[in-house]
Amino acid sequence: MAGNNKTSKQVIQGNEACAIGALAAGVTFFGGYPITPSSEIAEILSQTLPLVGGRFIQMEDEIASIASIIGASLAGAKSMTATSGPGFSLMQENLGFAAIAEIPCVIVNVQRAGPSTGLPTQPAQGDVQQTRWGTHGDHSIIALAPSTVLECFTMTIDCVNLAEAYRTPTVLLMDEVIGHMRETVVLPPRSSYKVVERRTPDPDTTDYCPFECDGTEVAPLGAFGGAHRFHVTGLTHDRHGFPTMVGEEVDRKIRWIVDKIEDRADELADLEEFETDDADVLLFAYGSTARVAKSSVRALRERGVRAGMIRAKTIWPFSRKRLKELSGRLKLIVVPEMNLGQLIIEVERAIAGTVPVRHLGRIDGHLFEPDEITEFVLREVGK
Amino acid sequence: MSETKGRYEIRLSGAGGQGLMLAGKLLAEAASVYDGKNAVQTQSYGPEARGGKSKTDVVISDGEIDYPKATKVNVLLAMSQPALDEYIGSLQPGGMLVVDSYLVEEPGRDDAIAIPFTMLALEECGRKLFANVVALGAVAELTQAVTWDSLRSAVLARVPKGTEKINDSALDVGRQAARQFLEGK
Repeated sequence: MAGNNKTSKQVIQGNEACAIGALAAGVTFFGGYPITPSSEIAEILSQTLPLVGGRFIQMEDEIASIASIIGASLAGAKSMTATSGPGFSLMQENLGFAAIAEIPCVIVNVQRAGPSTGLPTQPAQGDVQQTRWGTHGDHSIIALAPSTVLECFTMTIDCVNLAEAYRTPTVLLMDEVIGHMRETVVLPPRSSYKVVERRTPDPDTTDYCPFECDGTEVAPLGAFGGAHRFHVTGLTHDRHGFPTMVGEEVDRKIRWIVDKIEDRADELADLEEFETDDADVLLFAYGSTARVAKSSVRALRERGVRAGMIRAKTIWPFSRKRLKELSGRLKLIVVPEMNLGQLIIEVERAIAGTVPVRHLGRIDGHLFEPDEITEFVLREVGK
Repeated sequence: MSETKGRYEIRLSGAGGQGLMLAGKLLAEAASVYDGKNAVQTQSYGPEARGGKSKTDVVISDGEIDYPKATKVNVLLAMSQPALDEYIGSLQPGGMLVVDSYLVEEPGRDDAIAIPFTMLALEECGRKLFANVVALGAVAELTQAVTWDSLRSAVLARVPKGTEKINDSALDVGRQAARQFLEGK
């Protein structure tokens, strides 16, 4: 059956690896609405979740889907949904609810070309800034972008772990190429990865504050129906969960949901470096585009250009640290993306004008070809 | 090490519903799980459930495969005229063109290997739907991109229970047709 977690060599799809990763991370609830190119995730989990005592529900739409995983999480389950651009747009309101109410949940977005229905079967990276800012108001988010089928497995586990540890919605930001690609993988055995369980309150405590935000650590989260009765609302709330308009409390709450993640941006940053030791031209890429960029780095090196690549595995929060460290010896940064310029905004903020940053965008529903990036860089460096 | 070293690209194209995605998956599994190489399979199709152009790329390599799609196709299989017209340009000079002569009227090249896969499936296996496995057997025989035993193992492990025998014979029908074509040249 699809969704086999065997640890011998196999050829599986990114979406399949994601579904296997969800089970490995302890997800017991999936509520979703199938949409290309993410449907295999729902399809596989509809078969495998019931076998491990979990629940799968196909909801009537994506608004209900995210609402269902928020509810399941509040009842104590690790929960997940999977979608693509049109569904992700519908989820934005409740994504904000999960952010302010600090409810762990995972949203997988297998990006396809948009806006609107766009190109259902073709890849894009057009939801990068939507992931960060799609819901209104100040908040933060954690988003990871896999480039390999193996990472679809490991990063799904990471997304679940981070959601539970930080009490936040997390997004696995895939794209159609990675979701549908089949690749040779050997899944790691259970002993080689960590599974995080959420902290729960002491059942005997008489003053449980589920929304404590004094800036030290993430508050434990009790399950509805458990030892403690508490209030959950999308209204800005105090540490007990009741609405507040007291300026000081409001300010503290909102800063908390941002800072608990943004203050740890460097710690959460996971990146791959390729040939950066002596590089003076840097390709900054993520997702399937990074695979093309890697080929281009090899080709550029053969043409005498000292090229290197940083691949961002953590998209949000965005860490500026490594870019700043490298900027002193760089003469050019190129950011290839399947959009018209999204993550480049963060690269430019990090670099603050000290190095020229050029964007190469592709939005016709096709992955870059290696020669395309190589030739763009050669033109930019005047070769 | 250069990534392109030993890189072999196969593009299977046709119409949605012909089973080419499955054929690509089986080829990738044969090359990787059974032959011990690296393989990546990607796909491209329209939003339609059936019909429309459809293709899958299988890249096989001894080394790391960064770029997952085919760029300089070594072998193009075309199971429909529109697919052939769309993808013929991706075939590298000297590359191998294999067409289903039952469905492709204008192969466009004198050196095309024309085998009526769909007709063979109908006549030898009883149903058109075996055309993908017949073609797979032929492509494997013509290219030697995967070993025959590996392909057989991959196919037999994946097909629905009870259909092993007919799929096995479909593979062989393709293999024999390829041999006949090579002998007749």
